Amino acid sequence: MKIVQPAYPPMQPGTQPPLDYPGYRSSAKRHPLRAPYPLPQGQSELTGPAFADRWNGPDAVDLTHFAGGEAQGQRIIVTGRVLDEAGRPVRGTLLEVWQANACGRYRHDGDRHDAPLDPHFQGSGQMVTDDDGRYRFLTIAPGAYPWRNHHNAWRPAHIHFSLFGRAFATRLITQMYFPGDPLMPIDPVLQSIPDTAAQARLVAALDLEVSQPEYALGYTWDIVLRGSGETPMENRA
Amino acid sequence: MSRLIATSSQTIGPFFAVGLWRPEWSDLTRNGLDAGAPIRIEGSVIDGDGAGVPDALVEIWQADAHGRYEDHDAPVPPDRLFRGFGRCGTDADGRYAFRSILPGVVSDANGTPQAPHVNVTLFARGMLTRVVTRLYFADHAEQNAADPVLRSLPADARATLIAPRVDAGSQAVYRFDIVIQGDGETAFFDL
Repeated sequence: MKIVQPAYPPMQPGTQPPLDYPGYRSSAKRHPLRAPYPLPQGQSELTGPAFADRWNGPDAVDLTHFAGGEAQGQRIIVTGRVLDEAGRPVRGTLLEVWQANACGRYRHDGDRHDAPLDPHFQGSGQMVTDDDGRYRFLTIAPGAYPWRNHHNAWRPAHIHFSLFGRAFATRLITQMYFPGDPLMPIDPVLQSIPDTAAQARLVAALDLEVSQPEYALGYTWDIVLRGSGETPMENRA
Repeated sequence: MSRLIATSSQTIGPFFAVGLWRPEWSDLTRNGLDAGAPIRIEGSVIDGDGAGVPDALVEIWQADAHGRYEDHDAPVPPDRLFRGFGRCGTDADGRYAFRSILPGVVSDANGTPQAPHVNVTLFARGMLTRVVTRLYFADHAEQNAADPVLRSLPADARATLIAPRVDAGSQAVYRFDIVIQGDGETAFFDL
């Protein structure tokens, strides 16, 4: 089998953060010094795990109930579509999310922030996108939290997202932010992205159409994975 | 033609285990062995100070023993037990380990056979995007010498991708340290 053309063009300049970003202190010893080597895309890069019906068990899309009780905080619904760069839905892809609780504390042994854990908030979910590439989950608005990057450093509220797409080449881990958060302009992680329009695309939109009256506020956030306008061609000759 | 722009990457952060911890995924043979020689892949993720990275996530993607990848368009036969994707978070010393099988030969985009290899993704706190590399097997020297990707690299970079065999008893073990920065820095690819 011969795959004729590279399916994934390089990503738009300025839209991805550099590995070496002095404002993010822990990148100092964790970035390669040598430039990456070119890698022609073949089957190894153009294939990827299909989780839809085999791997990951049932969806977990209600983060507000855990261990027999209801989590504290502002309930929110987060929904959107996973698309490729040509605007086509990415169906059946696994999406994993995790976040701090309403007080800005993660359920993780390494989190030393002196804020209460919520016994009824685990802080993670998973789901597979539907035929329109859509995902949806119910959670609690995460709190901001301090970190030790610099004096008096606080991360803006965010939710972590992990996505696969169709190929090894499309793997993405990112963070979703909330509109109007005054910590965003001074957050080195978000500001590491050179293109300000690309930064803005990490911010969800408040969406009253998604909100559930008397119950939860709604936010919409679409995610775009790499993708070409063409399907890889096979030459079986 | 309007085209969307791919969403920016952000760091996995220090607490990714909350959402991504799935220890069973480090064993690609967890459903049982069908075709293929069982192997173990182990190593450390090392930073620019030579210290182990305790908050890194290593993911692997590989073909089965026949050189076939799972794919969305070519579903895996239901009787195949092997799973081509694996994930392992590093421990307090930066170590990781996978159980798998030796992958078969896969051709590159030009139809040239490549040496058996495993595709590797590394995420970590302190890394704003992932990096990708490949693991090759030292005891496949002849195939490695002909591999188009290895041949494209300078010799010192090539050497960082070749995992020595460090068997433990009857178990085939390959050691693959991922050095993010500095002496012995792993060759990473622009994908």
